[in-house]
Amino acid sequence: MKLSLSREEYARKVAGITPASPLARDMLFAFLTGGGICLLGQLFLEFYLSLGLSEELSGSLTSVSLIALGAVFSLTGLYAKLARFGGAGTLLPITGFSNSMISAAVEFKSEGLVSGLGANAFRIAGPVIVYGISAGILYGAVYWLSSRL
Amino acid sequence: MPQTMKKCGEGSFELSNPVRIASAACAAGPFEKRGLLKEAFDLAFDDPYLGEKTWEKAEGSLARRIAAKLLEKSGLAPADVDFFFAGDLERQCMASTLGLLPYEIPYFGLYGACSTFTEGLILASALLDGGFGRRAGVITTSHFSTAEREYRTPLIYGKQRQPSAQHTVTGGGAVLLTALPAPEGVPYAAVTRFRVGRMRDMGITDAGNMGAAMAPAAAETLTGFLEDFGKTGDDYDLILTGDLGEVGHRILKELTHGMGFPLEGVLDDCGRLLYKEEQDAHAGGSGAGCSSLVFASSVLPRLLRGELGKVLFASTGALLSATSLLQGESIPGICHVVEVEAFSGKERA
Repeated sequence: MKLSLSREEYARKVAGITPASPLARDMLFAFLTGGGICLLGQLFLEFYLSLGLSEELSGSLTSVSLIALGAVFSLTGLYAKLARFGGAGTLLPITGFSNSMISAAVEFKSEGLVSGLGANAFRIAGPVIVYGISAGILYGAVYWLSSRL
Repeated sequence: MPQTMKKCGEGSFELSNPVRIASAACAAGPFEKRGLLKEAFDLAFDDPYLGEKTWEKAEGSLARRIAAKLLEKSGLAPADVDFFFAGDLERQCMASTLGLLPYEIPYFGLYGACSTFTEGLILASALLDGGFGRRAGVITTSHFSTAEREYRTPLIYGKQRQPSAQHTVTGGGAVLLTALPAPEGVPYAAVTRFRVGRMRDMGITDAGNMGAAMAPAAAETLTGFLEDFGKTGDDYDLILTGDLGEVGHRILKELTHGMGFPLEGVLDDCGRLLYKEEQDAHAGGSGAGCSSLVFASSVLPRLLRGELGKVLFASTGALLSATSLLQGESIPGICHVVEVEAFSGKERA
């Protein structure tokens, strides 16, 4: 028996039945998780500064520390568990970048070190780099041109 | 023209002789083992790798062990089986290949996404009813990890899923069908009628809501079948769809009601029967192994125990690929249905 509903009518029916994501809760958890990771970063920074290191070096060491910690959490599966609740709060900080690379590297190791791990390590992080660099070039060009005026 | 035309009504079929389900076997992974049907599985594994090195080999091993269990429970050697229909969700159905390779049984690889189990039941029943063999096997599997790899993101990649998303079942089931008469006095279940589904695309593009993509096809197949045989929902003890999940199940109830077939009292869905609420599997189970696992572990035993008399069993599939999704294509759905009936074994005498 053929369904006598247009796609638009069906889309309305589906929207009426499909439960929406709990946005308020998701945003609160994202704020707490993301904020927590940033707080951790701040603690790292303060620690390195307290050792008498330069601001630039302390900043780099903070990033490296968070990336390493993100990798450890990823490998133990804890990052995926945290992300179920943290959502964007785990995606945006540099630990999320670490997770995206580690997870792809682990995943594709079974297809070999070159065509598996090597080819796929940037599978998720790749777009961030491509468009990050593109945006940087564009910004640099605008900056250079405007400084000539 | 054959002597008896098996086609009934607009697009359904009735077998000349019911094709008996001689035995069934199933296996499940650790997540399913903690779920609602944990007692009913023939095999349940704590190690999602099943001792293998890759996820793909793990799913192949799953299929192989289910097939072995099926042969063991049937008391048959591979040479006793005339055909085997098998399917899974991996690219080019590799799990089925790896699983059945050791047995050297004449083999058909099928792809119907999560509708494959009913697709196999139909094809096997039709071949046996047509006199092409004595026994045929049908097996489908899925594995959470191979499906995540194929369709979504790496396993330990952190992400949040929407409430309508479904959890791919690690597990599968198999049945052995036979055209041979049942031993007298022993209750059995048999496939009696079927309808081959048509693809229906209602424009759903959200892979996190596959229930909505499949529900229209399920509604058309089920109402078409009931209409062709002049039946209603009251003629069945259970109408079980494949893996629409919670959301698709609710949509299907509304759709069939609107089409003049209120099925609220008898309708259920395999995706809703596997996991406990606290397992947080969102809208429920899915995957090619979902409906076969539920059929082998729950539906068939209930038919044999006499708890169910007549069942419509309708696996549902969302016809998408990782590429079609990225290219923004919508997701057509498909649903095939078989009627399975319990017999006391005394009818023939």
